[in-house]
Amino acid sequence: MLTHFANTLEALDPTHKFYGLIGAVAALLLIASIVGWVLKRQLLTKNNPSEKSLKLINNLISRVNAWWVMVAILVIAFLAGKLGTIILFGFISYFALREFMTLTPTRAGDHRTLSLAFFLLIPLHYYLIYTNWYGLFSVLIPVYAFLLMPSISVLAQDTEHFLERAAKIQWGVMISIYCISHAPALLLLPITHFEGQNTLLLFYFLLIVQLSDVLQYVFGNLFGKTKVAPVVSPNKTLEGLIGGGLSTILVGTGLWWITPFTPLQSAGMATVIVAMGFLGGLVMSAIKRSLGAKDWGNMIEGHGGMLDRMDSVSFAAPVFFHLVRYYFTP
Amino acid sequence: MLIDITRLAMIGLVRLLVGAHPRWVGAAPSVAQSIYFTNHTSHLDTLALWVALPAAIRAKTRPVAAKDYWGRGKIKRFIALKVLNAVLIDREVSRHSDPLAPLLAALAAGDSLILFPEGTRKAQAEPSDFKGGLYHLAEAFPHVKLIPVYLDTLHRCMPKGSYLPVPLICTVRFGATLTWQADEHKKAFLTRARAAILSLI
Repeated sequence: MLTHFANTLEALDPTHKFYGLIGAVAALLLIASIVGWVLKRQLLTKNNPSEKSLKLINNLISRVNAWWVMVAILVIAFLAGKLGTIILFGFISYFALREFMTLTPTRAGDHRTLSLAFFLLIPLHYYLIYTNWYGLFSVLIPVYAFLLMPSISVLAQDTEHFLERAAKIQWGVMISIYCISHAPALLLLPITHFEGQNTLLLFYFLLIVQLSDVLQYVFGNLFGKTKVAPVVSPNKTLEGLIGGGLSTILVGTGLWWITPFTPLQSAGMATVIVAMGFLGGLVMSAIKRSLGAKDWGNMIEGHGGMLDRMDSVSFAAPVFFHLVRYYFTP
Repeated sequence: MLIDITRLAMIGLVRLLVGAHPRWVGAAPSVAQSIYFTNHTSHLDTLALWVALPAAIRAKTRPVAAKDYWGRGKIKRFIALKVLNAVLIDREVSRHSDPLAPLLAALAAGDSLILFPEGTRKAQAEPSDFKGGLYHLAEAFPHVKLIPVYLDTLHRCMPKGSYLPVPLICTVRFGATLTWQADEHKKAFLTRARAAILSLI
């Protein structure tokens, strides 16, 4: 009976799988919206609602609203095809780099380097994904940009904090462009027995990363007691990590039918995504604090900036991409 | 039609490049006639402050722009005069005309203004000393609100001599209204006005 059900799921047409997923995500968001609305009603009918609870509920509601917008944008990009998806991620990289560089103290001597990073490197790098040029895609930033960016800066003849400035620009470019772009780069992989379904795999990846963030936040708020890294990220708790992580891995396992993986492989991949995403959140939080900020920006109501939403993606995407490429492409 | 499209495109482009998010620190936005005075670090300043204003206020507010930059070339003239509805002033002081005359006329007509009291750009975080223009305008129109504004980060977006701006997020902070004191000396007033901007850093 169960095997029969599983086989039916696997045999579904990719388009139907895609619409099923969107429906499921929309249903989850609808439940979240209703819960937020009910909680707020209950709180307001109390005699003296506490300031703290009201703030938490309002943040919850604006987070859910932002999710509606983000999911809508993502679905429109997916429906527009490969070009639409790549343009969307190009803009995500642009906004992420803008946030990173705003908090990073650069000097006038870096001006030309930064201009080129924004206006040449981002379009060129994403163009390489569009044309499936994997070889150059994988070395353009770690080799050519790594060497040429400080070379352009050095011509300005400003040696004040030169290493720090060069290193910070490298980090910004690596995280915001190179690492994040490995999510849409899933579209260029020729996966065996999975032709024409790579968008599903990208959907799977983004769903696992973001679900892990959301569930860790939910479990942390409900049961969180033990802080994992109070200095770096006061909101991260052990209970949130375990509860949110395990339930995400469970969902990931149950979604094996939209991926090229078996249920067991899907569980393994989800585990890697959850672990890398968690580490990404911690590292980016430490960088943010060392630059003296609480949030990367204020682009997304209730979430902070683009990088606050993409920190887990930037760490999980390259690892997931290479695991898929190594084990599932010829 | 063309002016409206250009205006929307300009607003979109400025937001895409430098964000220009408003923060009303000292007071809530108001449509009352005001002079918004701010630090001057780059060619993007006028646009950033203009974009940060709520649409209703933006429609009544005219940036003050230098004729020697914004008046040159067809495109810049079109943007300054038609899109921004700017007041162009002559920075080359001549004996025959009062450089403040067009500003006094705009204030008499009930318009709000965006003004750079330093008069010139300096790519640095803190504004340099103010010139006397702000004092003379405030003296002639004491009922007009004086709103200090601080533009952060923009000095890093477009240093002098650069062609392309670097996209960095600029926050536009609006401070509390500066009160006009009739018996105050010009120098003391200008120091106080500059301090109002410094307090927003």
